[in-house]
Amino acid sequence: MNQDPLIIAGRTFHSRLWVGTGKYQNFEETRKAIEASGADVVTVAVRRVNITDNKSENLLDYLDPKKYTILPNTAGCYTVEDAVRYSRLARAAGVSDLVKLEVIGDERTLFPDTAGLIEAAKILIAEGFVVLPYTNDDPIVAKKLVDIGCPAVMPLAAPIGSGLGIRNPYNLKIIMETVNVPVIVDAGVGTASDAALAMEYGADAVLMNTAIAGAKDPLMMATAMRYAVDAGRLAYRAGRIPRKLYATASSPIEGML
Amino acid sequence: MNIVVNGEQREADEPLTVAQLLETLHLRSEQVAVEINLKILDRGDFLNWNLHDGDKVEVLSFIGGGSPT
Repeated sequence: MNQDPLIIAGRTFHSRLWVGTGKYQNFEETRKAIEASGADVVTVAVRRVNITDNKSENLLDYLDPKKYTILPNTAGCYTVEDAVRYSRLARAAGVSDLVKLEVIGDERTLFPDTAGLIEAAKILIAEGFVVLPYTNDDPIVAKKLVDIGCPAVMPLAAPIGSGLGIRNPYNLKIIMETVNVPVIVDAGVGTASDAALAMEYGADAVLMNTAIAGAKDPLMMATAMRYAVDAGRLAYRAGRIPRKLYATASSPIEGML
Repeated sequence: MNIVVNGEQREADEPLTVAQLLETLHLRSEQVAVEINLKILDRGDFLNWNLHDGDKVEVLSFIGGGSPT
């Protein structure tokens, strides 16, 4: 798989599985699960530090920035203003211009507010950010995001944390055919077959958090997802056989008695 | 002087730089972002930036998050 790197805005990534760092029991479990996943991009959120507990640890103590690309998100932002503010804070807290831009439209579905997303992306791109937008499975919006300068798009498979899998494979395929940048399927994956399917459809990468962190055995699921993403990618590149209604014998007829 | 740090009122002796405040909070400057009265500081300014009475200070860092909760 190392002969098949993912390149976004001049940055080279070797794993096509990207993982979030939320919902784990503790930082040690986070570290182990990420290691098992083989991911080299990890997403983080930006929040107030706990100033009352001097002993509280920092996530960055567990994630070697030489080993991982830290991708801050704007999770929890419901307005353009908040998403822009958190992006700027993320850049100040970190070391890069990368941001996974989320402008959430609704608490119940956590679906993106795509109008706000485009507006926020424009502002941030003008400020030199590398904006990776968490978007809906809408090909028109994906195209607009690319047109304004997003070097990749991150359409959802299903609502965040829902585990429903890919609900609209045809739209995702249209997005993959429409845009000329990497497509990273983000959110909604429930189990390994969902991730493999996304890759078989032609996704360039898959980002997930809950599917791993919420599994009974997160480390084992992280390993399963690693294999699933690799298998799906290889199958995509290998090219599947066409579907046919009737059988085609695999064994020759010649030589039968 | 009185300042507000992450929503909490704090009394502090002047002069106090951002770097000194972070030190009293046991925070490493390379792991945080600091916003004062809605202005985000460059990390390079922490050392010489003096806080003033009434300043609203926000200190933020990266936490676990992915697909958000």
